[in-house]
Amino acid sequence: MIANIGYSALVLTLLVSLYGIGAALLGLRKNRPALVDSARNAMLLTFPLLTLSALSIIYLLATNHFEVEYVASVTSRSMPMYLKVTALWGGQAGSLVFWSWLMSAFASAVTLRKWDRDREFLPWVIVVSLVTLAFFLALNIFVENPFTRLWALPSGQVIEKMLQPAGSSLYFPTDGRGLNPLLRHPGMIIHPPMLYLGFVSFVIPYAFAMAALITGRTDDRWIRLTRRWTLWAWMFLSLGLVLGGRWAYDVLGWGGYWGWDPVEIAAFMPWLTGTAFLHSVMIQEKRGMLKQWNMVLIILTYALVIFGTFLTRSGVLSSVHAFAQSAIGPLFFAFIGITFTASLSLLMQRWNVLKSKTQMTSMLSREALFLLNNLLFLGILVVCFWGVIFPLISELFTGQKVTVGPPFYERANGPLMAGLLLLMTIAPLSAWGRSTWQTLGRALWKPAVAALVVLVAVIVAGIHNIYALIGIFLASLVIAVTLYEYGRGIFARRKRHEGNLVIAFLNLTRRDPRRYGGYLVHISMAMLAIGIVGIEMFQTETQGTLSVGESLTLGRYDMVYEELAVFDAPDARNVARAVVSVYKDGEPVGELYPRRDFFYDSQQPMTIPGVRSTLADDFYVLLVDWEEISTNNATFKVYHNPLVKWMWLGSWVFVIGTLISAWPEKENSLVTKRSRQRVAAVVD
Amino acid sequence: MKKHSSFILYHSPFILLVLVLAILALPMTALAQDANPDTPTDDDINAIASEMFCPVCENVPLDVCGTQACAQWRALIGEKLSQGWTENEIKQYFVDQYGDRVLAEPPRTGFNWLVYLVPPVAFIIGAYVLFRGIQSWRQIEPETAPLPAETAITDDYVARLEDELRGSDW
Repeated sequence: MIANIGYSALVLTLLVSLYGIGAALLGLRKNRPALVDSARNAMLLTFPLLTLSALSIIYLLATNHFEVEYVASVTSRSMPMYLKVTALWGGQAGSLVFWSWLMSAFASAVTLRKWDRDREFLPWVIVVSLVTLAFFLALNIFVENPFTRLWALPSGQVIEKMLQPAGSSLYFPTDGRGLNPLLRHPGMIIHPPMLYLGFVSFVIPYAFAMAALITGRTDDRWIRLTRRWTLWAWMFLSLGLVLGGRWAYDVLGWGGYWGWDPVEIAAFMPWLTGTAFLHSVMIQEKRGMLKQWNMVLIILTYALVIFGTFLTRSGVLSSVHAFAQSAIGPLFFAFIGITFTASLSLLMQRWNVLKSKTQMTSMLSREALFLLNNLLFLGILVVCFWGVIFPLISELFTGQKVTVGPPFYERANGPLMAGLLLLMTIAPLSAWGRSTWQTLGRALWKPAVAALVVLVAVIVAGIHNIYALIGIFLASLVIAVTLYEYGRGIFARRKRHEGNLVIAFLNLTRRDPRRYGGYLVHISMAMLAIGIVGIEMFQTETQGTLSVGESLTLGRYDMVYEELAVFDAPDARNVARAVVSVYKDGEPVGELYPRRDFFYDSQQPMTIPGVRSTLADDFYVLLVDWEEISTNNATFKVYHNPLVKWMWLGSWVFVIGTLISAWPEKENSLVTKRSRQRVAAVVD
Repeated sequence: MKKHSSFILYHSPFILLVLVLAILALPMTALAQDANPDTPTDDDINAIASEMFCPVCENVPLDVCGTQACAQWRALIGEKLSQGWTENEIKQYFVDQYGDRVLAEPPRTGFNWLVYLVPPVAFIIGAYVLFRGIQSWRQIEPETAPLPAETAITDDYVARLEDELRGSDW
């Protein structure tokens, strides 16, 4: 019954979406506002309908309706309620519904806001959003139906069908197969929604961009309208990536946070184009340049969002055969192909109108440096995209499967990322329009001296790896330049307006939240870079089998195996939990409890490390194996991960920075500022 | 006295900066500890396994993969090591058995060269396009689009900052 309600809601949403697309197109063509309004209502109706559908799945998941195949595949009786509910995005079919639900929420929110002000764009925004939504709904209804049920035929065979086959009866498995143990982690509960929020909210600026192309409105209105959407999208996507890294660090049991897995890269690629876009739109706003390029970037981001959604769950890129056999793969590629071609054709039609007539005066101007930033981001994108698809290409042309693993990505992307750090040190000091070596040098020397102090300190401390030194110097310089910019601004404001430092700082940030929030994001990136340098270049590891009381040494740390207990937990899991004492330079620093959980329902193990984390380093212990019954001997793998905490701290800083950047400002103050600027321009 | 206080005022951001960065430098000394302690046999095995992938557990390096099959591969590496095989011989053994996919990146031969060449070539083309673009933008007559008011160059940082803050839309 509930499954039927959920499925009907999905079908209805698809019909309503198709109606909305038709009504909007017809209304625009015939100039009938009533039809456009009706399309808007259709858009708004998709949200409650999809909410009903998503709630139906949640109800089925929560109440152990294992006759529904999706429920049986991602839950089991022993799972706690919060995991059952979040299993909505634990499998492909459910996560597609969740994607559609978010898409509908965002698109509805856009149409609810300022309909009259943006009436020119919004009908086309509705069309683009509904086309995207309809595609995902069609996938859910025709290919990945979360409401498909299990039916027992008279022959005894059990089949999956939505509607009851003749002569069959519902089949009720006694229990489900349970969620993949790796997904049973708080990080995995928040990580997918964050990623999907990022993906979905990038559809909004894309929809506005297409609306601008279609309506022929080639100024930067669409960019100004979607700036905050883009920042939110960027923040969610970044958070999704960081939480994914944290989950990997806490759960996957390999001592790292990022493995250059195709699924990780799938989420990273739209982030790259999105970040390039965030910078590049500023050039259009400030200088009226790069209108064509910004369109290219948002089109690419949209295509990569769809590509990322597809890769995240399907795994079809693992082989040509998997792709060919997958029903969902060709459909996704067809959709990406059609929307990409259509978007580019639209862009080509407007290409000449979008040409800029503004002069680029200096290679050191901020716009020129932003362009270099775009080149580097796109360079990383090419490395990632090519690395992900090359195994398929190789298999297709030579029949030979190859692995493109971390060494390839690290070697190719390392210099490009260092280049980005370098740009972060120069661009904030350069001016729009024109900069010279002289003015840049005057602003740069003090932060450079400060960064050199750090460099000398780490050399004296014994670090001599040249790549690490470059990384640390650049990261320190980014932080120094950014703090210096803050400092200069604060002291300049104080000099002019008096008041104390805190008020000067707050006023400065309030007056230009975008700039100073962005600077905070730069600091966070430098902190991430410090963490990456620490773990990538200085991670050490060792493995050994210990008897109770024996110790394992790694650097300045000693770890003593105290005891191990094996027991059954109430949620159908067998737990092997070791107790180890950790000593640093001979001094006790605490106990850690690495463990291995074995889930009976899915017959899969999960390794949870014991971690001692400080600003300086993490001591990370994995329980690899142990002697059954006596538990006298156990094998441990131990990692020393320097500075990794800086990454997690950096991610908090970037959230704060992005929130400041995206902080809404009152419409009237915005208008006042713009009017004042126009008046100033006329007077000049 | 006045001169002294203006010196501090003028250089305060700098002093503040050096202090913050000096604090920042402290935890970095943690990097300085010994990089290579005792190396038990497990570490020898893991050093080779970390650069290999088994065909079943895609994208999980062999040294950290928890499956039984991968444990057997690691045991096999240990066996070969004890027989005096070198790292390259062991890797080649697995390549002969299971194909190039067991290596962490494609061997630099034949068609595989494409994976290494395409990104730098694309980057060079991109850089060339950007360079040409900037050149053509520089040739545009300046009077067609004067610089916005806030970009006027001035040595007075305070005035420029005020200009920019006025000019910031959001």
